[in-house]
Amino acid sequence: MELKGKAHKFGDDINTDYIISGRYKFKTLDMNELAKHIMEDLDPDFYSKLNPGDFIVAGKNFGCGSSREQAPLAIKHANVSAVIAKSFARIFFRNSVNVGLMLIEADTDLIDDGDELVILPKEGLIKNVTKGIDIPFKPLPDFMIKILSDGGLVEHFKKHGGYSF
Amino acid sequence: MGMTLAQAILSKKVGRPVSEGEIVLVDLDFMMGQDGTSPLAIKVFKEMGGKKVFDPSKIALVIDHSSPSPNHGVSQLHDMMRKFARETGVILYDIGDGVCHQLLPEMGHVVPGDVVIGADSHTCTYGALGAFATGVGSTDLAAAMISGKTWFKVPETIKIILNGNLPKGVFSKDIFLEIARRLTADGATYKALEYHGSTISELSMDARFTIANMAIEVGAKVGLFLPDDVSISYARSHSKRNFVPVFPDKDAVYENEVEIDVNKLTPLVAAPHTVDNVKPLEELEGTPIQQAFIGTCTNGRLEDLEIAARILAGKKINPDTRLIIAPASKKVLKEAVKSGIFEVLLDAGAVFVTPGCGACVGTHNGVPADGENVISTANRNFKGRMGNPNAFIYLASPATVAASALEGKIADPRKYIS
Repeated sequence: MELKGKAHKFGDDINTDYIISGRYKFKTLDMNELAKHIMEDLDPDFYSKLNPGDFIVAGKNFGCGSSREQAPLAIKHANVSAVIAKSFARIFFRNSVNVGLMLIEADTDLIDDGDELVILPKEGLIKNVTKGIDIPFKPLPDFMIKILSDGGLVEHFKKHGGYSF
Repeated sequence: MGMTLAQAILSKKVGRPVSEGEIVLVDLDFMMGQDGTSPLAIKVFKEMGGKKVFDPSKIALVIDHSSPSPNHGVSQLHDMMRKFARETGVILYDIGDGVCHQLLPEMGHVVPGDVVIGADSHTCTYGALGAFATGVGSTDLAAAMISGKTWFKVPETIKIILNGNLPKGVFSKDIFLEIARRLTADGATYKALEYHGSTISELSMDARFTIANMAIEVGAKVGLFLPDDVSISYARSHSKRNFVPVFPDKDAVYENEVEIDVNKLTPLVAAPHTVDNVKPLEELEGTPIQQAFIGTCTNGRLEDLEIAARILAGKKINPDTRLIIAPASKKVLKEAVKSGIFEVLLDAGAVFVTPGCGACVGTHNGVPADGENVISTANRNFKGRMGNPNAFIYLASPATVAASALEGKIADPRKYIS
């Protein structure tokens, strides 16, 4: 499996209020509706710039702040195939695994806004096609890969009847 | 090698010594969701095939984030929570009961040594009682409502040593703002904070809840206080549950130590738009303020209202500034009425809203206008947090917020405290 798309670059400490504002998330469980508002307070046109499969790329501490699972869900429903950041906040990290959104921790200084990327998850490699460089990353812990490969925690529970590590 | 408090609590639950970095599956003592996260948890619970919850007496759903409902969409989600509570028998706290993180300790659901999750990032508040309590998302809550369990990575711990006495006009909020300034927004990601030092014995439970509450603002999983007479007697007087407090070993190994000389602290303010953008109050003094807000799971407790009342007694707030107060719970509101604090604050020009989270999370009850400056006792000042990305939020202690409401600009509370 490989993922292909364009990088949309953000800075450090992107919090979940920026990913999906409380103005929207308290009102609805319609994730396709919420997806239209992702990153709106940072870039009002962000959703319209996305093509299916694109990547959100950021600095350190991506997803800090509130526990809203609507944040990774809205990203997933906006058809973003993975978030690549230097580091992730812990609740966002576990929420993403639970909803089946792929997260990659890598040196994002080597990626600029608009770069074309190909990700090889099994090989632990990001190919920056625009810059012609390879960026390695550390794969996720085994039990998280198990949840992700089951399609998230809902499917994991349906399949195993509970936690199965 | 000795254990930290986080390790000691998790080891006791698991029934064997656990190591840092290890992934453990843990039985939970209590769990909670609020109205921003519970509806999704209920939906996921059903998708997972959930029919009944593992133990309804260990689950609370709290309607506090948009309470009472400001619009049709929210009303439907509240309805979903009420129906789920009726179907499954879980505890429901409805509109006006209060903010989840005040209610859980106040209603005796959390005691020292517990392991608790909440679908709300400020669940770390109960660390003030020596409980391993942390925020999760809706899917984790759904899985826990079915199984009674969740997984944790056993965290490394940063030891925070607070020594000395709080100077006049300086409060527990200022202590945490100093911690945020030093550690920064991700300085403790995935880690536990554990509080030590001579200052702690002089801190009330209300003051400790403020400090524990903000652990997440430096990325921490939990912010733990060692149980002592203050927290044990609080738990005994609020809860019927039996408990055995858990302590760290004397030879526990910490990843890092941060020592704060509390004697030297001065009032601090977190400037827009990040919690770690902390400055001495003097640098921001005089910044015009259109709205002041006292409330939230950080600083909406009785002690916080008392501090504000002491500053505002017999005075009137600036006519160009609004002062909004949201008591952390119905009980806090009742006590404020009984003690006369309520009237003092009303007479000074404050407006009271329903106990809940609204203004802090931007759902209703105090959305600022474009270009306005807000000074708030909350824990977050992110752009757009209070419902308007074109407003500016400053975070400070209840004393600083009250003094600022009085002067209509960021003001030093030390002038008003004798």
